[in-house]
Amino acid sequence: MNTVVCIKQVPDTETLIKVQGAGIVQDGVKWVMNPYDEFAVEEALRQKEKMKAGAVTVVSLGPDRAIEAIRTALAMGADTAVHINDAAFAEKADPYATAAALAAAVKGLTYDAVFVGKQAIDDDAGQVPAMLGEMLGIPVVTMVIKFDVADDKSKATVTREVEGGVAVIEVPLPAVFSAQKGLNEPRYASLPGIMKAKKKPVDAKTAAALGVTEGPKTVVKEMSLPPARQAGKKIAGDDAAAKAKELARILHEDVKAV
Amino acid sequence: MPGTLIYAEVQKGEIKKGSFEVVSKAKEFGGEVAACIIGKGAEGLASQLAKFGADKIYVVDGPEYENYVPEAFVQAFVQVAKTVNPSVILASATAQGKDFVPAVAARLGVGAVSDCVDLQKNGDKVVAKRPVYAGKAYAMVECVADPQVIAVRPNSFAVKEAAGAGAVEKVAVSLDASKIKAVVKSIELAQTNEPDQTEAEIIVSGGRGMKGPENFKMLEDLAKLFGPTATTGASRAAVDAGWRAHRYQVGQTGKTVSPNLYIACGISGAIQHLAGMSTAKVIVAINKDAEAPIFTKADYGVVDDLFNVVPALIDEIKKFK
Repeated sequence: MNTVVCIKQVPDTETLIKVQGAGIVQDGVKWVMNPYDEFAVEEALRQKEKMKAGAVTVVSLGPDRAIEAIRTALAMGADTAVHINDAAFAEKADPYATAAALAAAVKGLTYDAVFVGKQAIDDDAGQVPAMLGEMLGIPVVTMVIKFDVADDKSKATVTREVEGGVAVIEVPLPAVFSAQKGLNEPRYASLPGIMKAKKKPVDAKTAAALGVTEGPKTVVKEMSLPPARQAGKKIAGDDAAAKAKELARILHEDVKAV
Repeated sequence: MPGTLIYAEVQKGEIKKGSFEVVSKAKEFGGEVAACIIGKGAEGLASQLAKFGADKIYVVDGPEYENYVPEAFVQAFVQVAKTVNPSVILASATAQGKDFVPAVAARLGVGAVSDCVDLQKNGDKVVAKRPVYAGKAYAMVECVADPQVIAVRPNSFAVKEAAGAGAVEKVAVSLDASKIKAVVKSIELAQTNEPDQTEAEIIVSGGRGMKGPENFKMLEDLAKLFGPTATTGASRAAVDAGWRAHRYQVGQTGKTVSPNLYIACGISGAIQHLAGMSTAKVIVAINKDAEAPIFTKADYGVVDDLFNVVPALIDEIKKFK
């Protein structure tokens, strides 16, 4: 089975975000592969291993530094990569423009399925999977937590998270699948994997070279930080029971939750 | 006159509260407020939207809309949107809305703004405020193309009664069945009526300090005392330990929530967790470690053993019932 995995490099979840104009201060940020994309990479690798055939191609839009996330995916076991290395395009790209660039790269590849994380934990938009499917003209199943493919690769049977439970969906391939946590346990890159990744081919292209004509459809005007929350009061009391009694009174009289 | 078109979502035979919230907001914007409701039995629900300001309600009803099938719903909504030609499309960013909205936008060839918590009208433009980095920062976002497609996080706006003209029109949609490729084989819903964490008004959440899955029963009991708008949550530590399913996880790789009340029990308050819940209106923390970072965000802190505090709290709250 041939698969494409779209990944994004994002600030590590430990990052303390500082804003500057319409963006964030990038100094000192530790960049990592978007955690949801790790599930996507892992699933693609598992399908290849199960079928004992096919290749996994990684596609990522980002500036020079995005190569680190791409190498991580290659070290996990992906075979080749396309790096849409275009800092100017990436900086202004909204989910629509990102999907357009990814779609342009994916169109030139051979694939049975496209895996992508359900959202990137930087802008948290969660739009790229659905938009990518639209632009490629293939079905999309989002929030996938279980993936099975028919032996003849004609269709996949997947479980997705829905409000209050799960739904089982059958879909013909090729299709786009967005990975939710729970789909699998992503592997760590092994040392030999990291060594091999250095020699794997990465095709670097600009958005223009891929024929992307669409630009962003939304624009970030300004970023701000939420008002700092002040520590409130510690509830006093001789023992746990007394504190619980006071808390119950506060929840009843002040918060009016009961 | 181009105004706002709302996507009204139907779940379990009822219109979602978040859909009424966006109708109320659209009414505030002025201009014509249209709504499109899709679902089996939607016709019987349509008039409810008028109470909050819908002037025109387009109904797409039929057995083929019993379950949410993205392609069918997108086709139907886009047909209505092309007829209405609104300048703004609003939907609630529910689980379904998050799947539906970007697909609608892409098919209309425009962008979308996800999970907004506030909207300001600036002439013809809507400026949307949305949390990014799981709430560590906010972005002010504008659409550069029309229609401006915007999904609003549930509980962001009040539902206000304000009558609209409420003309109901049943729309005959011609679905291109050849494009509806994904088939829903089965749906399994948990045997509970608790709201989704992103929509709940009260969340009682547990972390590593809960010590094991069996102890979450006590948090469920506490949540139940707050009524049907309350639910439970969990920190990443509790989820990764296998004590709770991932759908309960609050924080950067889980859900970002804004309830009226968040009670954190045995949660130390890692930066990823704090990002996901610090927009809660009131935060209560119960933790025996007085140095836990959660106390820097909590309006009310109880420094004590949660295994003593929570059962006592349950008993005390029962006295108000």
